[in-house]
Amino acid sequence: MIKYDRFQLSNGLRVLVHHDENTPMVVVDVMYDVGARDENPGKTGFAHLFEHLMFGGSVHIPEYDEPLQRAGGENNAYTTNDLTNYYCSLPADNIETAFWLESDRMLSLAFSKKSLDVQRKVVVEEFREHYINKPYGDVWHQLRALAYHVHPYRWMTIGKEVSHIEEATLEDVKGFFAKHYTPANAILVVAGNITTDKVKALAEKWFGNIPGGVRYNRELPMEPEQTSARKKEIHADVPLDAFYKCWHMSGRLDKRYYMADLASDILGGSSSSRLYQRLVKEKKLFSQIGCHHFGSIDAGLMAIEGKLIKGVDMLAAEAAVEEELTQMKNELPSEKELQKVKNKTESMMAFEDMSLTNRANSLANYELLGDAGLMNSELGRYLEVTAGDIREECSRIFQESNSSTLYYFSKK
Amino acid sequence: MYSALKGRHRIALKGRYPIALKGRHPKAPGALKKLTLQKTALNRKKEPAIVEAVKMDLHLKPYDHFVLDNHIPVYAIEAGTQDVMQVELVFFAGNSYEDQNLVASATNAMLKNGTSKKSAFEISEYVDFYGAYLSTNCYNETATVTLHCLTRYLPDLLPLINEMVSDPVFPEQELEIYKMNMKQRLEVNLKKCDVVAERLIDEHLYGAEHPYGKNSSIEAYNALQVDQLKTFFERYYRNGTCIAFCAGHLPADIAPLLNKYIGTLPVSEQKPKEKSLIYRPSAEKKFRVMNDPSGVQGAIRIGRPFPSRHHPDYQKVQVLNTLFGGFFGSRLMSNIREDKGYTYGIFSFIQNHINDTALVISTEAGRDVCEAAIKEVYLEMKRLRDESVPAEELDLVRNYLMGTILGDLDGPFHIISRWKNIILSGLDDKYFYRFIDIIRNVTPAELQELANKYYRDDDFYELVVI
Repeated sequence: MIKYDRFQLSNGLRVLVHHDENTPMVVVDVMYDVGARDENPGKTGFAHLFEHLMFGGSVHIPEYDEPLQRAGGENNAYTTNDLTNYYCSLPADNIETAFWLESDRMLSLAFSKKSLDVQRKVVVEEFREHYINKPYGDVWHQLRALAYHVHPYRWMTIGKEVSHIEEATLEDVKGFFAKHYTPANAILVVAGNITTDKVKALAEKWFGNIPGGVRYNRELPMEPEQTSARKKEIHADVPLDAFYKCWHMSGRLDKRYYMADLASDILGGSSSSRLYQRLVKEKKLFSQIGCHHFGSIDAGLMAIEGKLIKGVDMLAAEAAVEEELTQMKNELPSEKELQKVKNKTESMMAFEDMSLTNRANSLANYELLGDAGLMNSELGRYLEVTAGDIREECSRIFQESNSSTLYYFSKK
Repeated sequence: MYSALKGRHRIALKGRYPIALKGRHPKAPGALKKLTLQKTALNRKKEPAIVEAVKMDLHLKPYDHFVLDNHIPVYAIEAGTQDVMQVELVFFAGNSYEDQNLVASATNAMLKNGTSKKSAFEISEYVDFYGAYLSTNCYNETATVTLHCLTRYLPDLLPLINEMVSDPVFPEQELEIYKMNMKQRLEVNLKKCDVVAERLIDEHLYGAEHPYGKNSSIEAYNALQVDQLKTFFERYYRNGTCIAFCAGHLPADIAPLLNKYIGTLPVSEQKPKEKSLIYRPSAEKKFRVMNDPSGVQGAIRIGRPFPSRHHPDYQKVQVLNTLFGGFFGSRLMSNIREDKGYTYGIFSFIQNHINDTALVISTEAGRDVCEAAIKEVYLEMKRLRDESVPAEELDLVRNYLMGTILGDLDGPFHIISRWKNIILSGLDDKYFYRFIDIIRNVTPAELQELANKYYRDDDFYELVVI
C-alpha cells in the first residue's frame, strides 16, 4: 500500500506527497501533460527536443544542474509519445533547492539561442545513435507509419526525420512552452522523508504565484478501425531476417487493457512464455522472439517481434506465430498459466516500488491518467481478468485485418 | 534480471542522457531575458540555503555474517520497505578459470537449462509461477546465480536453486540451441560500432589471452561441447567455492533455510587456483577501424591500464575522474556535449575489475566530428595536468559524489552490491569510509599530481570504429 496525500494549488497545479521516513532522500518529480502525440506533424520530435532545452537555463537561474549537484542531487528526464517527466533526487535537507529550480523553469525559460543550437546537435546525435546507426533501428519508424494513418502515434518520440529537429526555431520553443508548460498542465509529486505540511508550504511559496495558464485541450484524431491487413518488406544490410507484426489494442484506461497486457505476458513475457518455448526451443524457427505492447494512453499497439534462425523461411515463421495466436483465440489459457502471469504482475509492482524514484514517477503517471489511486488499486484490475477474458480479447486483437506486418530481410 | 523487467507504465525510456551518466554542467547561457511577471516578494535569484552533502554523515549499513554447515559464508542486509528480497550465489567460476574460450559463460548459462528432474521449460515456468526472477551471469573471476523473489516464496524457490547448482545435466539439445542463438546475437552485435569498439579496446589494453581482453567468436561457440561444460561444472561449481549474498526483507528463518538448501551443497572451502594472468597489450596505440562504411557515427574509446582497487591512488583518481568525465557536470560532458554538441553523451570510467584494470573514455560521436572530439579529450587532459582544479568546481564534485552515494545507499540491493564489491575484491570494511574521507579531503594539488601521473596522452590507446 503506497500512501499519499493530494491537493491542488489555486493555479491548477496538482500536488501529490508520498511520505517515507525510511530514506534520507526526497524525489521531486514534475510531469507535464505533453508528449510527441501533441506535436505538429511537420515538426515532430519537438517535445523531446524541448525536454533537452528545459536544462538550458531558466528566467532567474542561469544553470539548472550546478546548484542541484552542489546540493548533492541528481536528475534526469524523459519524453514519451504521451508525456514528459522531469525528476530529481536529493538529500531531504536540501529539498528547497529542487522547488527553487523546478518552479523557476515552470515560470519561464531563458530561451537561450546557444542552448537551442547545441541541443539540436545533441538530439541529432541521439537520433543517429539509436535509430540510424543500429541494425534494425528504423523498425518502429516503419511500423508506426504502417499501423497509424491518422493518430500522431504514427511517429516516434525522437521524431519522424532528423530535419524536423534541425529546423526547430526559438519561436517554436517559446510557443510550445507557453502552451504546455503551465501549472494547469503539470503534476508535482514529492516523495521521501518530508511531511505533507512542509510540501504544502513549499509548493505555495515557489509554485503558488506562477500564472496557471490554460488547460490544454487535446483534440487528437482517433485512429479509425483498421479493416485490411497491411504489409511491408524491407531489405537492409542486417545479418538476420526479422519478423515484426503489430495489432491495434485498447487504450490505457480501458479494462480490456489489462486483458491484453496479461495476454502479452502469456505469449511472450519470459522464457516460459509460449512463443519462446514453442518457436525458439521446440521448433527452432527463431533465435529470439517476444510479445509486448506500448502501454500508450490512447489506443496502442500489441507487437510480436523475432529474429529468424538462418535459413528459415519468413512465411513459415509467420505461420508458426499465427498458429500460436489461433490457439490463444480458440482455447482458454490454463488456470495455472493465468495465475503465473498475475503473480508476475504483482511481483513486478513490488520490485518497482522499492525505488523511491519509481514510486514518485508512478504516482505522477497515474495522476496524469486521472486517478492516482490506481497506484494501489490497479493490481485488482489484473486479478479480475478471467481465462475467458483473455481468449475473447485475443480474438478481438489478433485478426489479420487489424494487423500490420513488417518483413525485414537481410540483403545478403 | 529484475532490473530488466517491464514497468507498470511500459515507458520506453528516452532519458535526457545515456543512463550510465549522472548529472550535468552546462555553460552559462549568456544574458537572461527579463520578463515582466507578477509582483512577488520571493527572490527567485537567491539559491535556498543548503546543508552541504560533504558534511552529511554517511553510513554503509553493516552486514550480518554467518557461515553455513558447508562453510559457505553468507553476507546479509536486512532492509527495505517492500516484501521482496534477493539471494545471490557467487562461484569462483568466471572466465579466468576456463581453458577454452566461452566454456565458463556457457556452463553458467546452462545451469538454468535442465536438471535430472526438471527440463529448462519446467525450471523457468516454476520461477515465473512464483513471480520470481532468476538470472545467471558470468564475469571474469566469478559466475553467479541470482534469485529475486517475493519474500514469502523463498522456501518454494530455494530447493530449485539447490537443484540447479547441484544437479544440472547440460542437455545436448539445449547447448545446440544456446550456441545457435548466441552466434546469431553476436552477428547482430558485430554490426554495432560501439560493441566492436568495446571488444577491440579490451584486446588492445590486455591482449587476447587475458580474461579481460578475450572476446567471443563464432568459432569459439562452434567449439563448445557438453563434456567441457560438465568438466568445468565438476571442478568449479560442484567442487568449487561459493559465497552467498542476500538482501531485502529477509524471512526470520533465513539462516536455517539457507543452511538446508545451500549449506548442503558439496562445495570446497579452498578457492580454486587462478591461472596466471598474461598481459599482452598491443604495441601500436592508435587505431581507426571501418566496420560499417555506411555508418553515421563513430565509437570512440580511449583507454589506459590502471591499477586495481588496492592501489593507494585508486580512490583519489575516482574523484579526479568524476570531475573529468564521470558525471553529467564533468568537463568532458560540458565541453564535448554541452558546448560542441558532438555527442549525446561522453564519459570516462574505471573498468569494474578485481585485478589490474583500465581507465577508459567512451563516446559515440558524429562520424565527421570524431577527430575533433578526440582532440578535445586530450585538451581536457592537458588542462587537468597543467592547471590546478578550481576550489569551487572541486567542491561541487565533492557534494555531488556524497549526494549520489547517499542516494545509492537507499535500498538493500544497492547496499549489498557495495559490500559485494568490497568483499570480492578482498578489501577491508573501512574501504567505504576511506573513500568518504578522500572525497572530503583530497586537495587540488594531489589531483593535479595524479593527472600528471595517469592522464598523459602517450599512455592511452585510442580507437575509432565507424
